[in-house]
Amino acid sequence: MKIRCRVNGVSREVETPPMVRLLDMLRETLRLTGTKEGCGEGECGACTVLLNGQPVNSCLVPACHAEGASIVTVEGLSKRGKLSPLQEAFLHGGAQCGICTPGMLMAAQALLQENGAPKEAVIREALAGNLCRCTGYVKIVEAVREAAKVTRAAAAAKKPARKKKAAGKEKAGGKQKPAMKKAARKKPATSRGKRARRA
Amino acid sequence: MVTRSPAVNRPRSIGRSVPKKDAAAKVTGAALYVDDLSPEGLLHGATVRSEIPAGRITRIEFDSAFDWSQVTIVDHRDIPGNNCIALIEYDQPALVENEIRHADEPILLLAHPDREKLQQALRAVKVHCEPLEAVLTMERSIACARLVHATDNVQKRFLIQRGDLEAGFARAHKIVEREYRVGHQEHLYIENNGVIARMEADGSLVVEGSLQCPYYVHKALMHLMGLPAEKVRVVQTVTGGGFGGKEEYPSMISAHAALLARKSGRPVKLIYDRMEDIAATTKRHPAIVRHRSGVTEEGELVAQDIDVIMDGGAYVTLSPVVLSRGILHAGGPYRCPNVRITGRAVATNTPPNGAFRGFGAPQTLFAAELHMDHLAESLGMDPLEIRRRNLYRLGDVTPTGQVLRESVSASECLEKAVKVSGYVKRRKALDAANRKALARPAGKGPRKVRGIGLSLVHHGAGFTGSGEVKLASIASLDLSPEGRPRALAASTEIGQGTVTIFSQMIGDALQVSHDLVEVAQPDTLRVPNSGPTVASRTCMVVGGLLSQAAADMRARLLEFDPRGWSDDRSFRKLALRHLKERGALRIDRQYQPPSGIEWNDDTYTGDAYGVFAWACNVIEVEVDLDTGDARPVEVVTANDVGKAIHPRLAEGQIEGGVSQALGWAILEELRWKDGRVWNQQLTNYIIPTSMDCPPMKVIVVENPYSGGPFGAKGVGELPMDGPAPAVVAAVRHATGQWMDEIPISPERLLEKLARLEEALT
Ligand code: FES
Ligand code: FES
Repeated sequence: MKIRCRVNGVSREVETPPMVRLLDMLRETLRLTGTKEGCGEGECGACTVLLNGQPVNSCLVPACHAEGASIVTVEGLSKRGKLSPLQEAFLHGGAQCGICTPGMLMAAQALLQENGAPKEAVIREALAGNLCRCTGYVKIVEAVREAAKVTRAAAAAKKPARKKKAAGKEKAGGKQKPAMKKAARKKPATSRGKRARRA
Repeated sequence: MVTRSPAVNRPRSIGRSVPKKDAAAKVTGAALYVDDLSPEGLLHGATVRSEIPAGRITRIEFDSAFDWSQVTIVDHRDIPGNNCIALIEYDQPALVENEIRHADEPILLLAHPDREKLQQALRAVKVHCEPLEAVLTMERSIACARLVHATDNVQKRFLIQRGDLEAGFARAHKIVEREYRVGHQEHLYIENNGVIARMEADGSLVVEGSLQCPYYVHKALMHLMGLPAEKVRVVQTVTGGGFGGKEEYPSMISAHAALLARKSGRPVKLIYDRMEDIAATTKRHPAIVRHRSGVTEEGELVAQDIDVIMDGGAYVTLSPVVLSRGILHAGGPYRCPNVRITGRAVATNTPPNGAFRGFGAPQTLFAAELHMDHLAESLGMDPLEIRRRNLYRLGDVTPTGQVLRESVSASECLEKAVKVSGYVKRRKALDAANRKALARPAGKGPRKVRGIGLSLVHHGAGFTGSGEVKLASIASLDLSPEGRPRALAASTEIGQGTVTIFSQMIGDALQVSHDLVEVAQPDTLRVPNSGPTVASRTCMVVGGLLSQAAADMRARLLEFDPRGWSDDRSFRKLALRHLKERGALRIDRQYQPPSGIEWNDDTYTGDAYGVFAWACNVIEVEVDLDTGDARPVEVVTANDVGKAIHPRLAEGQIEGGVSQALGWAILEELRWKDGRVWNQQLTNYIIPTSMDCPPMKVIVVENPYSGGPFGAKGVGELPMDGPAPAVVAAVRHATGQWMDEIPISPERLLEKLARLEEALT
C-alpha cells in the first residue's frame, strides 16, 4: 500500500504493507533510525513519535494510520543543525546511554507544546510512559523544566516574530486526521497501575 | 614569552560539569546503536532454545512442509573450535550438544534474509527431549536432589576468618540470629542484547555490538572459532545501557552470530526481543544470607558468624567472583574483632546468573544492614546509634585483616545524610502521625503510614585482591592525524560518561580543552586491553593510566619544543609538527599496583581492595495498609566517591543506581514456572517509572584516595548497595513489620500485616 504523509515537515510517499508497524516504516523504509525499540509492546516509550502532534508508541501503530498524517521524530527536532532548547537541555545528564532519549524527547516535546510551564508532578506524569533505566529521571525532569524556561525566555524576547512562525506551522500541518487508535495513545503509568493490570 | 610558557594554567575541567560529549549525537538520533546498522546482504538470526530446564535431546524435527532452502541452520557440529564460552571456567557450551541444563538454553541457530520468514522457521523446528529432574532452588541444590555440578553442586566456596568467634559470643550480651533473602533482578537496559557478525575475505571475523567488555568477547570468539587473536575483531557500538548485563552475556550472543555468519558467508544480525532477553540472559544472583552475631550491652559488635549462599545457575560463568565480592562485604561497614564468613555459589537448573551493578555486594550488604537493625532492636537502641558505635574509622581492621589506611568516610556520610534528612526529628514526628493513622479502622478512608530508615554501606573500589595485578591493563594515548590527543582504551561508554571523564582527565593533564581530546571507539584491532568496564574501575584505574600517559605526552612534546603551547590551536600545530618531523607519538601505560597492598588469594587475607567508597541512604517510605503498596517518598543519599571528576555525571550515576535499587527492593520480581521465567515482558516485570521514583537529595562527599586520579574512587556500583535495606527499615518503622525478604511486594507485605491484625484482634 502507498502511504502519503509528512515526516519531519517533508512530504513522503511510502510503499509498505499496511499492517507494518509505524516504527518499522520509519526505521527500515525511511531509514530514520533515531526512533528506538525497547519492548515492542507499548510499555517502554522508546519508540515515541508525534502523530498529528500527539505522542504515540509507534510500535503499536500500524503504518496505514500514518496516511495523511504529520509525523515528527527525533530527527525533526533540530532546525538546520541547531539543537532545540529541549535537546540542548538534555546534554547535561538527561541522556546517559541515550536509548530512551529520542522517545523521552518526543514525549516531553508534546508536553511543552501544551504546557509552557509544567510543574514537576506534571512532567513526571507526562513522562511516565517512557522508561529510563539509567538516570532515575532526576536529570530528565530537570532538563524538561530548563527547556521550558529557556523557551519562555526566548518567546518573551521576540514575541512578534514568533506569531508569524506559528501561523506558518499550522498550514504546514496539512490535513489533520484523528487516526490514532486508543491503544496507541500513550497513557501515564505507575508501577501500581501496571500491577493492578497484571493481577 | 610568558603567554607561550608551558606553565600556563587553563581553568581545570576536572570537577566541572562540562556537556556530556556523547550526548549531542544521542539527542538528535544520530547515534548509531547496533540495531540501527544494516550492512549489505544482511541476514537476521534467531535462536532455538530449550523449553525445559533439564533433560536430554532425543531428536530435532524440521517441519518438511516449510521451505528450508533459504535458511542457514547451525548446530554444535558447526563449531570450528571448542564448544564453550571461555570465561573463568570453560563449562558453558555455546550450543547444547545433548544435555539441557537450563530453560531457554541455546540449541540451534537459524538465519534468513526476511524476519517474518525467520519467525516461521523458528516455529517449524521441534526439539524432542527426555526430561530430567530439575534442581530449581538453592535448597534443593544443597540437598543434592540431583547432581548438576561436580560432586556437591557447589561451584565455589570461600571462608574468611578473623579472631576467636567463641570468645566473641561469650562476651555478648545479646545474640541475634536471622535469615535474609533476596531475589533475582533483571538488568532491564532499554536496549536489548544484540550484535552483528561478518566474515572478511581473509577469513577474519568481525563482531560489532552492544557490549561492555570487548576483550571478553574477543577471548571467547578465539576459542570458539579456533582463530588467532589477530583474526578476531570486536567493536563496541553505541550501547543502550549495561549495568553488568552486557559484561559476559555478549560473548554468547556474539558466538552465535559468528557461527551463523561463518556458515552463511553473509553478515548476520542477532538482536533479542524483550521476551528473549529477559528469559535467556543473566540476572542478579538470588541469595540466602544467615547472620548470627553478638553485641555487648553498649552495642559493641563482638562476633559475626555469616553464611552466604548464592544461586549461580546452570554454569559457573562469573559466580565465583560475584560471591567473592559478596562475602568481602558481608560484615557491613563495621568493625568486629571476631568474624567468620562462609560463602557458597551453588548450581541450579536455571539460566546462569551473572554480573549486575554491585556484583554480589548489594545482596550481602542488604543482610548486614538489616541485621544491624535487628541487633539495635534487641538492645532497645536506635539504629543510628548502633551504627555510630561500630562504623569503620581510620585504622580499623576488616575481616580479611585489611587496615583501613585512608579515605574512610563512613561517619561523614552517615552524619551528612542524617543532618540533611533531619532523620532524628522526622522519625519522632512520624511515630506520632502513624499512631493516629493506625488507630483508624479499616474501611474508613485511606490508612497510610510513613516510616524513615537508614543504611550505611561500603564498596571496595576496583577489582578484588590481586585482580588488577593479574589483569595488567594497558591504556594508551596517541596523536590523531589531526593533531589531537586520542585515548586508546577498551573501556566502554555505556552511558555512565567514560568518554567525557577521560577527555577531562587528559585535557587537564595536557592543558588543552576536553573538547580537543578524542576517545577512540573500543575496537580490539585498534585499542589495547585496558580491562573490562566493570567494578567501577574505569575512572579510577583506566582514568589513572590515561592521566599518567597524558603527563608523559606533555613531557615528550615539551622536549620536542620547549616553547610548548598556550591553547588548543597551538597544541595542534605543535602536535602536527611532531607527527611530520618525528613521526607517530604513542604512550602506553600499564597498571602498576600501588605500593603496600598485599593480598593472599589462598587464605583470603590482606588488602581486599585498595580503598573503599562509602554511602549512607536515608529513605522515607509511605505504606498503604489496605493495598500493601510501599512507596518511597524521599531519598537522601550521601556518597563518598573520592573525587567527582564530573559532578553532574556522578550525581546521575547515584540517582540511577538508587532508582535501580528501589526497584529491586519494592517492584522487581522474577516469577518462575516450571523452571522458566514467567514474566518476560515489561507489562509484568515492572521497573520504576518517573512517577515511582521519588525526588532525591544527592550529597557528594569527596574524601580523596591517593591511588586514584585526582583522588577518584569510582561511583558506578556504590549507589546500588544501600537503598534496599533503608527501605526495609523504613517499612519496619512505618508498620512494625520486618521484611527480611525482598522485593516487598504488596502480596508479601499484606500477608505480614494480616498476621499482625490477626494477632491484635
Ligand atoms: S518499543 Fe517499547 S513502547 Fe514501543
Ligand atoms: S539514558 Fe539509558 S535508558 Fe535512559
